[in-house]
Amino acid sequence: MTPYFLCLLLFLIGVYAVVRKRNIIKIIIGLIIAEYAVNLFFILFGYKLEGRSPIYSPDQEIFNMVDPLPQALVLTSIVIGLATTALAVAIAIRIYEKYGTFDITKINKLKG
Amino acid sequence: MFELNILLIFMIIGALIAIEVKDLLSAVVAVGASGLALCIVFLILKAPDLAITQIVVEILCLIILIRATIKKDLPFSTSGRWFFNTLATLVFLAIFAYLGYVALKELPSFGNPIMKVSQFYLNEALKETKATNIVSAIILNFRAYDTLGEATVLFTAVMGVMALMRWKGRKDIAEKDNE
Repeated sequence: MTPYFLCLLLFLIGVYAVVRKRNIIKIIIGLIIAEYAVNLFFILFGYKLEGRSPIYSPDQEIFNMVDPLPQALVLTSIVIGLATTALAVAIAIRIYEKYGTFDITKINKLKG
Repeated sequence: MFELNILLIFMIIGALIAIEVKDLLSAVVAVGASGLALCIVFLILKAPDLAITQIVVEILCLIILIRATIKKDLPFSTSGRWFFNTLATLVFLAIFAYLGYVALKELPSFGNPIMKVSQFYLNEALKETKATNIVSAIILNFRAYDTLGEATVLFTAVMGVMALMRWKGRKDIAEKDNE
């Protein structure tokens, strides 16, 4: 069970960065770390001991493969993670251009 | 699974450095090291497709983040309710960790997944789709609507980035404001 708990710890580090840090880039880094942890948890959950990767080949036995379904879902999730990160960074760059800072406590002027 | 635990601890150390170091560029580099370790973890866990995708996405992510952080820095400040904020965050995380611990104890042990749905894919993939790579068979045949949704999300995100970052429209708006 040790990998599960290490994965939970990684997720907690990401959540800590999102909740506590005041720099927008640090918050985005926390989001990325939490996303790593979630992707990793799916793959850990689908892993089968002594299994092999889910690719058929004629000269090998096929009945001890790892779970292919989480891998397919995580493949989608990784790419969507890149897209959301790019969108968050774009918003951060615009905020920096407008306010000259990444500190979220200094961004309090709500003018158009 | 000794090497798996070592790599996970490496990822945790990388993440801790990334969120605690003061220099933003160093933080980005540390999170990149963590992501490349995740790529090796995927290889150890027998997911080669994911390892390839992860390494490409990781490099693109690093380029985007470096574009955002280069020559922009913020001094570390502890003003405000530093103690109260940290205490509230840690209490929240402790409750979250306890609930996660209780939930993870109920899962089947590591290395013995429940494969009721996946067994169908493993048995039928070669017959139904003629694809030897089962992950490809799932994302492009059995669950192709998921991939369509992924393309939709990507398109929406790219539209958002272009709307935020384009130069022409913003200049027009600025001129109108000045008039």
